[in-house]
Amino acid sequence: MAAKKLNMKDKYKMLTRDLDWEFSYQDRKEAFPYEEYEGIKITDWSKWEDPFRLTMDAYWKYQAEKEKKLYAIFDAFAQNNGHLNISDPRYVNALKVFLGGVTPVEYQAYQGFAHVGRQFGGVGARVACQMQSIDELRHVQTQIHAMSHYNKFFDGLHNWNGMQDKVWYMSVPTSFFHDARSSGPFEFLLAISFSFEYVLTNLLFVPFMSGAAYNGDMATVTFGFSSQSDEARHMTLGLEVIKFLLEQHEDNVPIVQKWVDKWFWRGTRVLGIVSMMMDYMLPNKVMSWREAWEIYFEQAGGALFKDLARYGIKPPKYVDIATAQMDHMSHQTWWNFYNFGEAAGFHTWIPSDKELDWLSEKYPQTFDKYYRPRWELAKKMEAEGKRFYSKGLPQLCNTCQVAMINTEVDDPTMLVYRSTEYKGEKYHFCSDGCHDIFVDEPEKFVQSWLPVHQILQGNCGGADLETVMREYYGMDVGVDNLDMKGSPDELRWKEWKSA
Amino acid sequence: MNKVYIALQDNDVSRYIVEAIEADNPDVKVQYQPAMIRIENDLQLTIKRETVEEKIGRDWDVQELHLSLITLGGNVDEDEDAFTLSWNQ
Ligand SMILES: [Fe+2]
Ligand SMILES: [Fe+2]
Ligand SMILES: [Zn+2]
Repeated sequence: MAAKKLNMKDKYKMLTRDLDWEFSYQDRKEAFPYEEYEGIKITDWSKWEDPFRLTMDAYWKYQAEKEKKLYAIFDAFAQNNGHLNISDPRYVNALKVFLGGVTPVEYQAYQGFAHVGRQFGGVGARVACQMQSIDELRHVQTQIHAMSHYNKFFDGLHNWNGMQDKVWYMSVPTSFFHDARSSGPFEFLLAISFSFEYVLTNLLFVPFMSGAAYNGDMATVTFGFSSQSDEARHMTLGLEVIKFLLEQHEDNVPIVQKWVDKWFWRGTRVLGIVSMMMDYMLPNKVMSWREAWEIYFEQAGGALFKDLARYGIKPPKYVDIATAQMDHMSHQTWWNFYNFGEAAGFHTWIPSDKELDWLSEKYPQTFDKYYRPRWELAKKMEAEGKRFYSKGLPQLCNTCQVAMINTEVDDPTMLVYRSTEYKGEKYHFCSDGCHDIFVDEPEKFVQSWLPVHQILQGNCGGADLETVMREYYGMDVGVDNLDMKGSPDELRWKEWKSA
Repeated sequence: MNKVYIALQDNDVSRYIVEAIEADNPDVKVQYQPAMIRIENDLQLTIKRETVEEKIGRDWDVQELHLSLITLGGNVDEDEDAFTLSWNQ
């Protein structure tokens, strides 16, 4: 008689929990040395279960199928000169930001999950983290492969890995992950699965990727959705771990709340760059940044926090401030890059009149009042041949490393400046959220590697910005940076299209 | 009311999954966006293997859902017969 096929629950049990063993001659605490030092109390790991009940055999089977589908599309895209079908060459600049800002942190996610996939005491969580670790490595590889086609035809994609931890804006996501990876295993998991995955990747890999499709970029939308199908599993697993911690011991509740507060705020600061990609860098628009935030944070996050309320978890601190700032974030961020466009590794531009009208319509409370007049002035100056660039570099927040461009909620013409003193030194912050995070862990954040400070201290291989950009950042100065108008990217595009 | 949601790639398999979802969850809201389909419902949404098999005309493993999935919101429960998303109130 043929063996009866196991049902999913039994199969999951056999291929995860039954692979574990008791420690007979080693001390379990020494085997899992990081498990207790954050103060988290676990009484029974066997209560944790993967809701997808994914086992290694099924994992390999379905991941292999995902990869085959994806690489067939990459081949078709490259063979058919897919880059010529995008809506507008300005769009490629969003990919330059993506490749430098996101792909390297996928690698850090891989490293972080390989670590916790060893360090959690519960075998179910360990297996899930090992799968996640492999997923994240897949994301790095598929993103590099997708972008390698663009690298043959556009500038600014050649040294993303050399730039990610050095350039004055790329250090924002890099330092987010350094912060998470140098935390304990439970804080790492909450930081990535809640803040980075539930909040950030849902905004970047869903509406932005839908936008990539709408702008004719078949390769990017395909890796984006393929990655996000893994992320859906990741954020679910992470939220299962959070619920599990809350159920295991009441002492865990205030610890989890503190991490929710910290990582929510850290996450919103990284979103600045995503907001400008949505509102300014997608020539064909799917939805505004504000609308995406409403759907993927206010609705989805609101539902999550109502669900967690039964454990005594409250919505994150400063959520009201973050939400108020969403009417300003993309405009302030893009304006900042337009100003410092000489020092950026991608091109910037003034939105077209049609795009300005779209922004006015999508941001009725703020755009005409605060931001449109700036663009009208920039347009006038450009028409007179006076496209301006701010010299030097902006001051950075000591916690999130974002340029200090944040404004007060009750007065959007006032920049937020918060500061504190620690051991005789003064530290500056973009927000109360970043101030509070520093004050809670000063010994960690005094070590922040702030790219602008580092240049001024002479640690970046040159006295002037141009030398730093050329030799330390590896940028092709005069080619990768400056305005889209007149760039080699734009000239080549015109040649291709007129041929 | 808290909404659960699932987003699927707009491909040929998803067409039948969406039909099955609509049959088993009569109040769902289905939105078509570039390259994707977003489906949301109050508090709960279930995808039943039997219904998908009936629509697609072949055997369908619930885990195949991962091949068309983009993202989701809600507590997940999956076994060989169904995939369910829910919020607790
Ligand atoms: Fe990832
Ligand atoms: Fe992930
Ligand atoms: Zn900050």
